[in-house]
Formats: sequence, C-alpha cells, structure tokens
Amino acid sequence: MFDSAILIPSLLNGITTGAVYALIALGLTLIYGVLHIINFAHGAGLMLALYGVYLLKERLGIDPYLALPVMVVGMFLLGYCLQRLVINRASHGKDENILLVTLGLSIIMENAALLAFQSDTRSIETPYTLATVTIGPAMIAVPKLVAFAGALVVSAILVWLIQATDLGRAIRAVAREKQGAKLMGIHVDHVYAISFGIGLACLGAAACFLLPAYYVNPQVGNGFVLVAFTIVVLGGMGSFTGALLGGLLIGVVESLGGLYLGESLGQIGIFGIFILVLLFRPQGLFGARS
Amino acid sequence: MKRWRRDIAVIVLFVGAILILTTSSDSGVLLNFLMMALYATLLAQAWNILGGFGGQFSFGHALFFGTGAYIQSIAQMQWGLGAWAALPLALLGAAMVGIFVGALSFRYGLKGSYFALVTLAFAEVFRILALSVNFTGAGVGLMLPLKESLANMQFGSPRGYVYLILVFVVLALLISCWLRHSRFGAYLQAIRDNEDAARALGVNPFGIKLGAIALSAALMGAGGAFYVQVFHYIDPGLAFGPHTSVEALVAAIVGGMGTLWGPVLGAFLLHGLSDITRNLFGQLPGINMIIYGLVLVLIVTFMPRGIAGLSATLRARLGGRNG
Repeated sequence: MFDSAILIPSLLNGITTGAVYALIALGLTLIYGVLHIINFAHGAGLMLALYGVYLLKERLGIDPYLALPVMVVGMFLLGYCLQRLVINRASHGKDENILLVTLGLSIIMENAALLAFQSDTRSIETPYTLATVTIGPAMIAVPKLVAFAGALVVSAILVWLIQATDLGRAIRAVAREKQGAKLMGIHVDHVYAISFGIGLACLGAAACFLLPAYYVNPQVGNGFVLVAFTIVVLGGMGSFTGALLGGLLIGVVESLGGLYLGESLGQIGIFGIFILVLLFRPQGLFGARS
Repeated sequence: MKRWRRDIAVIVLFVGAILILTTSSDSGVLLNFLMMALYATLLAQAWNILGGFGGQFSFGHALFFGTGAYIQSIAQMQWGLGAWAALPLALLGAAMVGIFVGALSFRYGLKGSYFALVTLAFAEVFRILALSVNFTGAGVGLMLPLKESLANMQFGSPRGYVYLILVFVVLALLISCWLRHSRFGAYLQAIRDNEDAARALGVNPFGIKLGAIALSAALMGAGGAFYVQVFHYIDPGLAFGPHTSVEALVAAIVGGMGTLWGPVLGAFLLHGLSDITRNLFGQLPGINMIIYGLVLVLIVTFMPRGIAGLSATLRARLGGRNG
C-alpha cells in the first residue's frame, strides 16, 4: 500500500501536474484579485488555448514550446478584448451579471469548438512526447518535467510583473482602491482589461506546456475549471502564494487519489476538498478573512 | 387578494390555451414542441424559485434533476414500484438532496459566486459517484423497459406527455404565484434584496432559503422523473452534466427572474429559437448551445430584467436612470 516504488513516482507526477494547475490558477486568482469577479470562462479559455497550440503544430508545424510567445500574446489580446468589449459592458456593476456573462462565454466557446472540431479527442506528436528521465525510483515524462519548470518560471515572471513594475503597481492600486486609483489618473477600465488579458495569457502558456503530454477536446476545460477554482479557493482568492502551493497540493491529492481510489473516484478527493474549504474556510489557507 | 385572482385567471387561460392546442391538433411537430417547451418551462420555473425569487444562483441544478431521474428509474427497475408510486419518491429524494446542499451552504453563509460554485461541485461529485457505483448502472446508464400504458406513465403519443408535464408546470405556476403573494414569498424576496436588513426585521434567512431550495429541487426532480419517462434512459452525464443546469438558468434569466411568467416566456422562446436553427442548419453539434450562450450574454448586457421586465428596463433607460 505504501510501497515507495509506487508512491514516489506518483508524488512526483502529482507535483509536476500540480505546477501546471498552479499556472492556470494564477490566472484565475489574478482576475479575481483585481476585478473581484469569478471568471467562469477560465476552463473554456484553456480549451481554446489548447486548440491554438494544436493548430499551430498541426497546420504550421510549430513546436508547442516555440509557440509559447504566440499563444501568450494571442490569449492576452483575446482576454483584453473580452473584458473591454463584452464583460465590462454587461456587468452593470453587479457580480451576478459577470458570473452569468462568463458562463455564457464559456458555453459559446465550448460549443464553437464542438462545431469546429467535433467532439473527437486530439493530441499531437512531438519527438519528446514519450521521452522519460529517471529520478531515483521514478520515471518522469520529459514533457511533464518541462511543464513543471516552465510553470514555475512563468509564475515567477508573473509575480515579478505584479510586484516590481509600474504596471503591477497600477494593477495592485486598482485592486485595492478603485476610486482612489482613478483619482490618481489610472485608467481603471484599461487596467481591468490588462489584468483579464494577463489572466488568459497564463492559460496560453499553460496550454503550451500541457499539450505535449495531454490531449484536447471541446469539454477538456470542464475538468480544469473546478480544479482551478478549488486551488484558488484553497489558496485564498487573490493570493499568488496560495495559488502556487494550492496547485501543487491539488496535483498531489489527485495523483494519490487516483492511485488509491482509481481514476474517476480519485477526482472526488478534489471536489471534497473544494466543498470543505468553501464551507469551513472560505478565505482559504492563505487569505485574510474579509 | 385581487392580485391573487388576476394571476390565477391568467394561469387558467394559459392552461386552456395549451389544452385547446393539444386536443385539437394531431401534428406531431406541434405536440413535440409543446412537450419539450413545457418541460423546459418546468426546469426554468424550478430554477426561478431559488434563483429568481431567492437570489441564490445555482450553477448545479442538474444535481436535483439527476437525483429525480435516477430515483424514478431505480424505483421501477430495482424496487419493483410502479411509475406513479416512484414519482413522489423522486420528488422527495430531490428535495432531500436540496435540503442537504442548502443546509450546508446556507449554514456557512455561502452566497453569490461561492454558492454557484458549490452547487456545481456537488453536481460533479454526484456525476462521478453515479459513474462509480453499481446500482446506477455506472457509465452504461439505466434503460427503462418500454411498456406503454397509463399505469406505467408511458404514452404512445406525445399528447399524454403534454398532459403530464402540464400538471407539473401548473403546480410550479401555483407555487410561484404563492411566492408572489404569500408571507413566505415576501420573506424570500426580502432576503434576496437585502439579507441583513431582512434578518434585522426578524426574518429567519436560513429556514426560508432552505424551504426555497427544497421546493426548487423537488420541481427539478419532477423534471428528471419526466425525462426518464419520456426517453427511457439516463446516464451520469445526462443526469448530472452541466447541460440541464444551463438550460434551466438561461431560460429563467432570459424570460425574467423572479417573475411568474418569465420562465414560461424564456423556455418557449429558447425552444422556438432552437427549433428554428435546427431547421436552418440541420443537426450541427453545439449550435443550440451557442445560441443559448449568445442569448444569455445579450440579455444580461441589454435586458438585465429579462423579457418580462422589458418595459421596466425601457422605462429606466428612457427616464435616464441607470437600468
């Protein structure tokens, strides 16, 4: 049951998956922290990004890792436009409306993908898809290791962007005190849209790291959306550290749950954590009670 | 008292119109449309009780739908009950799941987005459980044997189903009417508009919201039971997947939340729209849901009160106030 030859690979696997989860959750938590909205279309956004990576590889032969800058910029622009042109207009200043509009957007994206690509599950082949490295008793797939490192690097860049640049200062100012920021001459709608764009850009990066070892179909985002919400709620809405640690933790829980309970029942561990945290500690492990 | 009477009169007119259409026409297309539109109406009305009158937005109403559908099937196939005996169990079971989720969520003060997420998570947990245990038939699903007779609640033509679903819809209309004019309904709407103020005035938000979710879930369970009686089949994805939750909430919001006729309008309009697109584009996968999504975004953006609240929205716009 606790044989280390099974346990350690499973743990490492969980941590590498968890890093990608963390990257996805960072985007979600940034959007929540700044705009105070729940982006329900986050999973659908990831699905679109995965199709983007897939098309770049299949049609233009661009390696997923090289597609990273394209995807990051593309998803940023998509996010910027969605927030500026659709979500902001629909909100009328009410959170419920944003929840509904992002739900509507996710339905549209998911079914547009269904229309365009049918419900087939697709994956790509790269020279390194099946490559592995041995770490101690564990064999880890190379794409997963790259994903782990890449997710950490992108997360570090994101934290630097928010903490150390003028843009980051503007974002934090708007997040904390919208009216005050406006009086200081910050263009609030612009900063909102940039934050939303950065949130989706994280998905672009995550998709590039994910696809070589994963697959894409129109429903693929559904699996991630609750996982990402779980991480964000677990780590505390708006907390970057929380999202990073929460992502790794959820990755491990999923991997161990799958090991001991089987693939489908293992997922229940995640939702169980989600419901428990929402009920008993909605501020999360790292968030302050508001 | 007078307003009570007006609502009841309109309900009688509505039922009369449906009955005249149903009895006078032999058109399969029309009867099928009525059946599915009334079914969508029931789901929207169920969601509207909690979401519209109570302001608690559930994204996982399929949870109650699926519970009703599974109990209706299992009671007949495994417990040897007749369809009519199974029906109250389906409603009761769905209501109990509703009370369970509601008691947990409301006890810990989950509101707004958090409530939406927790209902979604519960629906997902139930979907995975239904996939993992045996008595639900796991991934294969449950196939209800085809035995057409009134006693089995299975009808040879859509007409019988129209009568059946009409009963549920009228029940839901009466409940909504009661919510508009009763003390309970006034409390529920007060909680929606300002929970703290309602509590300060002596309203017990926990009990009222629990009552609302139980009613809402029971009606959703009736929808699930109806579904298996019509289609004779249920599996975890159909039962607890996001599709039904979306259908219920979009129709209620499009028609107008917290109104008596909004869910009816929304459901008939969306069903009409999806029939028209099916005729125009054929059976393209996903096109229906794209329309649902588009309509949802457009309605929230331009008509936040839905169709039933159109005149109020226009008045607010023209009057220069913020709609």
